[in-house]
Amino acid sequence: MMAEAVLFLLMGTGALAGALTVVLARNPVYSAMGLLATLFSVAVLYVVHLAHLVAAVQVIVYAGAVMTLFLFVIMLIGVDKSEIREEHVPYQRVMVLGIGLLIVVLAGAVTFFGDFEWVPAAASRIVPGSTNGTVEAIAGPLFTDWVLAFEATALLLTIAAAGAVALAHYRRRNT
Amino acid sequence: MVDPGWYMALAAALFTIGAMGLLVRRNALVMFMCIELMLNAVNLTLISAGRAMNDLNGQVAVFFILVVAAAEVVVGLAIIVSIFRLRSTASVDDLSELQG
Repeated sequence: MMAEAVLFLLMGTGALAGALTVVLARNPVYSAMGLLATLFSVAVLYVVHLAHLVAAVQVIVYAGAVMTLFLFVIMLIGVDKSEIREEHVPYQRVMVLGIGLLIVVLAGAVTFFGDFEWVPAAASRIVPGSTNGTVEAIAGPLFTDWVLAFEATALLLTIAAAGAVALAHYRRRNT
Repeated sequence: MVDPGWYMALAAALFTIGAMGLLVRRNALVMFMCIELMLNAVNLTLISAGRAMNDLNGQVAVFFILVVAAAEVVVGLAIIVSIFRLRSTASVDDLSELQG
């Protein structure tokens, strides 16, 4: 299919450019914008993979709520603080480059030399529409097989909200 | 359709960029964004693997990862803000009280 290849190239380039912006930009606001570009590009790739609900959640929760929170904190802390460029750990950049190359080599080895015959798509045995991630289709396994995990995430969200409020009030109570 | 290996390669590249940024940068906020980058790379892997294997559970797993990441961002940013209130800095190099 030609359309998927074009979309993959466009959105893959966008995601990589955004990711590089996150790491290389000196201003944290530019980093946040780069992350936003990556999130949107990956959301489009989710739609290509028929993961409609996850793509919508990605745009609404991640690009909407989380990035707003990030920008809010960046503005609160201030963006004019320049980062120290010198290395505190000796040979830090060289070691980081080595680790990055190691990840690339390992992932490349698994991707291109791994035996994917057990994967239906690699053997051209894909069932069209079997992973059509509509709300209805996701809700099925979510509320049957994964209901315990679902309840656990509800608890986790409550704890996180309470923890954030407690952290925000800590200083004010002591002064 | 595009071979799932290419999606895996893209996800691996995103993960690598995120990991290297996490190791190089000193600003706590930018390090946090690099963690989000790595989480997104893993999500992309799960979605493309789920499609390649005709399995919907990959998308359910990504849904849970999104929820946990949102909770992580809330608590992490609250910690960064309270550190900034105490120390007036967001650089992780200045936080070395536990160093012997």
